[in-house]
Amino acid sequence: MAAIGPTEFTQGMARRKWRGRAFHGLCLLAVVMALGMLAVLLIYLVLQGWARVNWEFLTSFPSRHPEQAGIHSALLGSIYLVIIAGFVAFVLGVGAAIYLEEYAGRHWINRVIQVNISNLAGVPSIVYGLLGLEIFVRSLGLGKSLLAGGFTLGLLVLPIIIIAAEEAIKAVPSSVREGAYGLGATRWQTIWHLVLPQAFPGILTGMILASSRAIGETAPLIVVGALAFVPFTPDSPFSRFSALPIQIFNWTARPQAGFHEAAAAGIIVLLVVLLAMNAAAVILRNKFQSPPEG
Amino acid sequence: MVRADFNRSLDQLQEDLLSLGDLVEQAIIKSMNALEERDLTASFEVVHDDDQINEKRFRLEEDSIDLIATQQPLATDLRSLIVVLHIAVELERMGDYAEGIGKISLMIGDEPLFKPIEELRHMSVHARDMLRRSLKALVDRDTAAARQVWDDDDRVDRLYDEVCRELFAGMAREPQTIERATHLLWVAHDLERMADRATNIAERVIFLVTGGQVDDIDESG
Amino acid sequence: MQPSEPILQTKNLNVYYGAKRVVTDVTLDFVRNRITAIIGPSGCGKSTLLRCFNRMNDLIPSATITGQVLFEGQDLYAPDVDPTEIRYQIGMVFQRPNPFPKTIFDNVAFGPRINGFRGDLPELVEMSLRRTALWEEVKDRLKTSALALSGGQQQRLCIARALAVEPKVILMDEPCSSLDPIATLAVEDLMRELSQDYSIVIVTHNMQQAARVSDQTAFLMASQERIGELIEFGESRQIFTNPQDERTEAYITGRFG
Repeated sequence: MAAIGPTEFTQGMARRKWRGRAFHGLCLLAVVMALGMLAVLLIYLVLQGWARVNWEFLTSFPSRHPEQAGIHSALLGSIYLVIIAGFVAFVLGVGAAIYLEEYAGRHWINRVIQVNISNLAGVPSIVYGLLGLEIFVRSLGLGKSLLAGGFTLGLLVLPIIIIAAEEAIKAVPSSVREGAYGLGATRWQTIWHLVLPQAFPGILTGMILASSRAIGETAPLIVVGALAFVPFTPDSPFSRFSALPIQIFNWTARPQAGFHEAAAAGIIVLLVVLLAMNAAAVILRNKFQSPPEG
Repeated sequence: MVRADFNRSLDQLQEDLLSLGDLVEQAIIKSMNALEERDLTASFEVVHDDDQINEKRFRLEEDSIDLIATQQPLATDLRSLIVVLHIAVELERMGDYAEGIGKISLMIGDEPLFKPIEELRHMSVHARDMLRRSLKALVDRDTAAARQVWDDDDRVDRLYDEVCRELFAGMAREPQTIERATHLLWVAHDLERMADRATNIAERVIFLVTGGQVDDIDESG
Repeated sequence: MQPSEPILQTKNLNVYYGAKRVVTDVTLDFVRNRITAIIGPSGCGKSTLLRCFNRMNDLIPSATITGQVLFEGQDLYAPDVDPTEIRYQIGMVFQRPNPFPKTIFDNVAFGPRINGFRGDLPELVEMSLRRTALWEEVKDRLKTSALALSGGQQQRLCIARALAVEPKVILMDEPCSSLDPIATLAVEDLMRELSQDYSIVIVTHNMQQAARVSDQTAFLMASQERIGELIEFGESRQIFTNPQDERTEAYITGRFG
């Protein structure tokens, strides 16, 4: 065996250090570019739309006159849609996650299902729109209603919730389950009293992420027949409806500069709503998180 | 092989035990020779050198306790350490009997022996033989040989009875010799006890190998 | 040893994971109100064997058994036996303390609650905590999280939790392997104490512990084909001073492998 002295190891040290610094620099550049573009977008939006963001804007219906146009019906539509979609996706998603994690065995069919759920999360949203149009709007006869739109969005975010809930359930240590089974608890008692309470913060995070996704979707809503001009408050689940992204999309397509300002203001409102939802997710998660070990 | 270090310590302990056995055997030989040849200097040395035997026994005891405390021996390891402790005590007691013979020789002093001590010499040869064979049985983990040592104790007992009868008869004939005869009686007693101790060692060997008592061993070995 | 009806028995028990046999032909009697230790090298199937006694292996879909496991003479694997019913008669304590992320009180009360206990719950909780010598340490903070307790306290809490459903047998799967030596001795004392009223089966890889606490010891070892088999079973006193099988001797004196 050849003698290895300390000199063998120090060779090229300067070069290695230089490379390290270069890599550090490249990564920093990537961050600056990404955040920079976001910042430009935000500044542009605020400059263009800030003047329009006020109470009147929030409470007015859309109008042919850009300076009178508001987002009242679109904002309400979005909120209703998210509530319907969230409810549907929560019930189905958490149920499916519990089944897949706690009841289904390690059968190959279950693995195929798991993989496909992940794939579903990547399907273009327009496809969900077409599905919703066919099933909810036409087959179930819900028409171009809030309910049909909410169900469609619920389907769209279902994979996200299933995956998040599965991860949260998986993160509950098996020792806790064993402890419960060891005391004679049934599977249901174990899930209800121990697994779900511990998985709840994780599921909640998934819910909020899913809702953020749902509130920003445009394409499937266009397909299921959302309107850009709704001069009334949606009063039942079967009302015709609009949504913020639809309204914004519509305004940006108009030639008048006033509508562009309204669109920028709408985007600011949408961003604020999104930020608020994410903040709520963080706060709720911290609140529900089990006390630290030790 | 795992626990190589512990194995070495156990081997070393057995070595030390055997060298203690050697010391004891030398003491027996020397005490009997000195008695027969009336060599008071040698008798004095036997008495004096018993300290070495005691010393060695305490070292063995300490080493065994160290190993028990630090190695947590179980099964054969545990039994062998306990057996070392026991045998060290037996050997030390045998050393004490040799010392006793030395002291008797010093007490007899310038007086001649009451009678020739052929039977006593026989007894001492047997006792030494039993000692050597019991230690060999320990090294070989040989229960049959140990059982043999145990059986041979009867011969020493018979010799002891003979010596006693003869000495009592002499005392009865000539009461003025009672003191001198009693000295030899003590020597005979010490030798008989030595043989007993050797059988104890043999018993410990059987315990070490089988975990049981002598009775568990078939007489045929 | 006085003749006493075994509380648990296995008869020619084989355990399989899928097609692979992991424990073969174990026939053992566990005496009431005694502590039986199951020892053996890693992978000898000792935990698997333990988990047959409360059908914990049912949670592993591919696990199957042949032969019999009898609890007070009743076949635990008979088709009409519901595993959840036997699990509160045969309690289990696990390798790592696994208190639920609930309060100390709710941890102990969990078993009684799910099993429909209708008596005085606070009294039952106090009694269970007293049995594990934990009451004095926690009585002023019953409503605080069990996760704030020390490891040794957590394990004693898990034992109290198991006691609260009044089991007849307590299975312990290396209950001290994550505890410090002092906490370990406390749990061992507790086991000796509990053995007056309960039958205990403990799996441990700590031979000194098996020697200290158990009345009887079973030694398992995996064969060349990695199938666990029972090598020797007997009074612990005998197993640890004078084992009859040379493989047992090699294992407990640390000359294994």
